[in-house]
Amino acid sequence: MYIAASLAILVTLGLVLARALMGPTVYDRIAAINMFGTKIVLLIAVLAFLSRRTDLLDIALVYALINFIGVVAVMKLVVHGNFHSTGDENSKSVEVDQG
Amino acid sequence: MMAFRYGVILFVFWLLLSGHFEPLLFGLGLASVILTIFLMKRMNVIDHESYPLHLSSRLPAFLAYIFREILNANIDVMKRIMTSSGKSISPRMVEIPLPQKTDLGRAIYANAITLTPGTVSVELTKDKIIVHALTKEAADELFTGNMAKAIPDQAIDK
Amino acid sequence: MIIDILSWILLVSGGLVGVVGAVGMHRFPDFYSRQHATGITDTLCAMLILLGLGLQAEMSLAAFKLALIFLFLFITSPTASHVLANAAMHGGLKPKLDGTDGEERS
Repeated sequence: MYIAASLAILVTLGLVLARALMGPTVYDRIAAINMFGTKIVLLIAVLAFLSRRTDLLDIALVYALINFIGVVAVMKLVVHGNFHSTGDENSKSVEVDQG
Repeated sequence: MMAFRYGVILFVFWLLLSGHFEPLLFGLGLASVILTIFLMKRMNVIDHESYPLHLSSRLPAFLAYIFREILNANIDVMKRIMTSSGKSISPRMVEIPLPQKTDLGRAIYANAITLTPGTVSVELTKDKIIVHALTKEAADELFTGNMAKAIPDQAIDK
Repeated sequence: MIIDILSWILLVSGGLVGVVGAVGMHRFPDFYSRQHATGITDTLCAMLILLGLGLQAEMSLAAFKLALIFLFLFITSPTASHVLANAAMHGGLKPKLDGTDGEERS
C-alpha cells in the first residue's frame, strides 16, 4: 500500500513540476515549489514506512520547517530584490567608508 | 515562572522527539533546553503569544469546527476541479470585517481562512481582511461570520 | 486486518486527492485560484496520508512524529500561502475576477 501511495505522490510531483516549469509568473513557480515541498514531506513520510526506518520521519519534520522558511525567504528576495532591506522605506542605507 | 513552565514543555518535547534516556544524552538535552530558554529571555520573546496556553481550553471546539470546514471546502473545490474548468468557478475579491480584538486572534482567523480551500487571505489591515474567494458560496459563507465566532480570541489577564 | 484495510483506503484516497489538487493547479485560470488547489494538498491530502501512516505506526514515537509533521504543515502552509498571495498582490499581479470568465454558472 505504501508503493501505491508513493506512486500517486510521484504523479502529483510530476504535474506540479510541470506547473513550475510552465508557470507564466514567478509567483506561480514559487507556489508550485511550495506545493512540491509539501508533497516531498509526505513522500519522505511514506518512504520511512516503506523502508521500515522511522528515523526518516525526523528528516520529514525538518524538511517541513525548512521548506516554509525557504519559500518565505525566496518571496522576500522576489519582492525586495535583496536580503538586506528591512521593508522600511525610510531606512538609511549603510554608509561605506571609501578609505 | 513563565520561563520555567516553557522550559518543562520544551524538555518534554525534546524527550518525545529523541526517545533517549541515557544520562549523557539526557544531560545534553537539558543543557540545550536551558540554552534555548536563556536565548529566548535575551530576545525577549517569552510572552503569551509565543505559547498561547491561555487559549487551550477553547482549542478542541475550534479544531472540531475547522476540520469539518476543511473537509466540506475540500470536497467542494475538488468537485469544481473535476467538472469543466473555468465554468464552475467565479473568483472574486471580498473585504471581510475583522472582529477579533487581539493580534493572536487576528492571525488565527487569517490562517483559518487560508486553511479552508476556496478562500485565501490576501491582505490584512487593522479592521478588515481582503480575501480572494474561489466561488460566491465560499465568500457568502465568510460573510455569515460563523468562522469569526469560532476563533479563540481571549486577551490574557495579567 | 481491519486496520490495514483502513490505512489502505486512507493512503490511496490521500494520493488521489493530491493528484486532483495537482490537476487543479493546471486547470485553474490564474495564480490566485491556483492557490486554492495548493490548499487542497496542504490540508486534506496531508491529513489522509499522515492518518493512514499513523494507523500503521500505532502508539509509538513514530505516531507522535507524524502528528508533529501534521501540526507543522497546518501552521506553516497557510502562512506561506498568505505570503505568496500578499506578495503577488503588492507585485501588481491582477487576479482574473468574476465576469471575465465563469459568469455562466448562475
